[in-house]
Amino acid sequence: MAKKRYIHAINEALFEEMERDPKVIVFGEDVELAIMGDCRGLLARFGRDRIRNTPICEQTLTGMAVGAAAAGHRVILHLMFSNFIYTGMDAIGNQMAKMRLMSGGQARMPITVIASYGGGGANAAQHSDTAYPPLLNLGGINVATPATPADAKGLLKTAIRGNNPTFFMEAGGRGGEQGEVPEGEHLVPFGKAVIAREGRDLTLVAIGSMLKPALAAAKSLAVEGVDVEVIDPRTLVPFDAAAVLASVRKTGRLVVCDEARERCSAASEIAALVAERGFDSLKAPIRRVTTPNVCIPYAPNAESRVIPGADTIIRACLQISPAKTSLFSAAAQRAAGDLLPGA
Amino acid sequence: MTRAAPSRDELFALYERMLLIRRTEERLRDENKAGNLPGAVHLYIGEEAVATGVCAHLRATDMITSTHRGHGHYLAKGGDLNAMVAEIYARRTGICRGMGGSMHVADFSKGILGANGIVGAGFAIATGAAYSAQLAKEGRVVVDFFGDGASNQGTLMECLNIASLWHLPLVFVCEHNRFSEFSPASTVTSGQISDRARAFAIPTLVVDGNDVAAVWEAARAAIERARDGRGPTFIEAHTYRIQGHMEAESLLLGGQHYRDDAEIEGWKQRCPITSLRKQLAALGSVEVSRLEQIESHIMARVDEAVKFAVASEPADPELAFSLMFDGQQP
Repeated sequence: MAKKRYIHAINEALFEEMERDPKVIVFGEDVELAIMGDCRGLLARFGRDRIRNTPICEQTLTGMAVGAAAAGHRVILHLMFSNFIYTGMDAIGNQMAKMRLMSGGQARMPITVIASYGGGGANAAQHSDTAYPPLLNLGGINVATPATPADAKGLLKTAIRGNNPTFFMEAGGRGGEQGEVPEGEHLVPFGKAVIAREGRDLTLVAIGSMLKPALAAAKSLAVEGVDVEVIDPRTLVPFDAAAVLASVRKTGRLVVCDEARERCSAASEIAALVAERGFDSLKAPIRRVTTPNVCIPYAPNAESRVIPGADTIIRACLQISPAKTSLFSAAAQRAAGDLLPGA
Repeated sequence: MTRAAPSRDELFALYERMLLIRRTEERLRDENKAGNLPGAVHLYIGEEAVATGVCAHLRATDMITSTHRGHGHYLAKGGDLNAMVAEIYARRTGICRGMGGSMHVADFSKGILGANGIVGAGFAIATGAAYSAQLAKEGRVVVDFFGDGASNQGTLMECLNIASLWHLPLVFVCEHNRFSEFSPASTVTSGQISDRARAFAIPTLVVDGNDVAAVWEAARAAIERARDGRGPTFIEAHTYRIQGHMEAESLLLGGQHYRDDAEIEGWKQRCPITSLRKQLAALGSVEVSRLEQIESHIMARVDEAVKFAVASEPADPELAFSLMFDGQQP
């Protein structure tokens, strides 16, 4: 075990899996120069047959991933920013997600798509989206959202070895964050959430980039007497519903934190799931903490106005926390008002 | 490139394959009319020479991508007839176990990467498959079949660029059947389509797509070139879609017309199968009886395929869940 940066953990997984299986190939825009950092050194080690720059043509790149996988390779497609999922969406939605079913199970689609998501870097509207919600609705696509360096390595290795298409969503701007990463063979199974912090009073599900502010919020809330349990689902498809439901059974309260826009976010899906299957455990309404239904603006102050952080999470938790408020108190109503989109 | 015409035996093989496609689709046309097929069918009648002339040069390990009008490509590449018909009948014995239907007939074990309901989707899939084939260095070749309608998708340009840049073992085969669904090509397509490939320094061949020997010759050269590692070729084959975009389309058209009956009749006179039959029959009485044997053999095969489909169990609906992922619940 050694401390490593998030981006180095991803790089390590790529090296190890390309060493392990000569059928693993990487292609995408500017991957040879490793502009996003995660592919550094791969060209020198594996050569242009196995890591190759492509023209800028995402519609074709996603389709090529399907073709190369169908022909026998294990494909890693680097899409850079998750906004480019939209550009490449046709083959994602119409081929990658459907090829296995519509071929009657003949096709195997060992495809890993890497894309960096999220705001905070003044990259403006077209390079800051958290673009996984449309993927969740496709069926046939796995979505991994590693929040820590160890999970980044372990989930990427699992994705590359799997036979289903997986979107490996890198938390943008978090590449420098450090954590302990196991050496060598470290595989994190899909569909297994992790309890990042144990607590009794409230369940806080935090996806990917939201784990760090969620843990900071939990720390502050502890000072105020609210004992928060933080759950990192690690993969959104498949999703560890059992872990979230078990936690809600214990705490009776749920806040879901997701950097995606509110409408049809992963947070919405998780909230619906708990409302359907864990209603009897709930002692308070479920709260979603998300980016409101707006584009990510350029100005840093405007950006931080819309992207959730520890403060937003604390407010949402306080609205439904047992210690601070009753559900219908004036304070809770005011807190709710603050959270309305555009307020 | 060596230019050689098909031998007499090769011509008979081409004839047999074209006739298999034709008789199968005539039967599907009739079964559709009788209301026996659950979904839409898009027929290849009139265009058989293209798939047949090209696939004659392909090995089992070579790969093709196909279109929504894909029965001909599937059969030309050696796909199983019974399994295809059963698929169209939505039976569990279908090649895709009833989960794909007419627009998705595929046999990955034979390099048939699937008919495809998205017009132009084959470009990128074929390009990716050709990249994989090039890396594997096993001499595999990929053929991408598409129509003049698909040529207006922007991904054609993207894939021509990559195929040329990387010298991929890929043959683009544009089946110019003069219609983009319900729109005549003249109303939606500008210029000569193969010129688009020339812009990317890809050699082009324009052939009479109703002359199977001409297609065969062009494809032989293109496939040889790809196999030798000399890069992609673009073939533009001129043909004509005798049937509508889809069967039973008159219901959608509501009395409107997008082409003249005289035009259809004119192209029927240029049927690739009839002209080859005449050519072979002219060789002598031995050839005539061989043609008759082929005809009756194929009619029996088609009958048998339909019987097989009808007698098969309906699809297993639970496959919709179990086949979504490999080893994982949806």
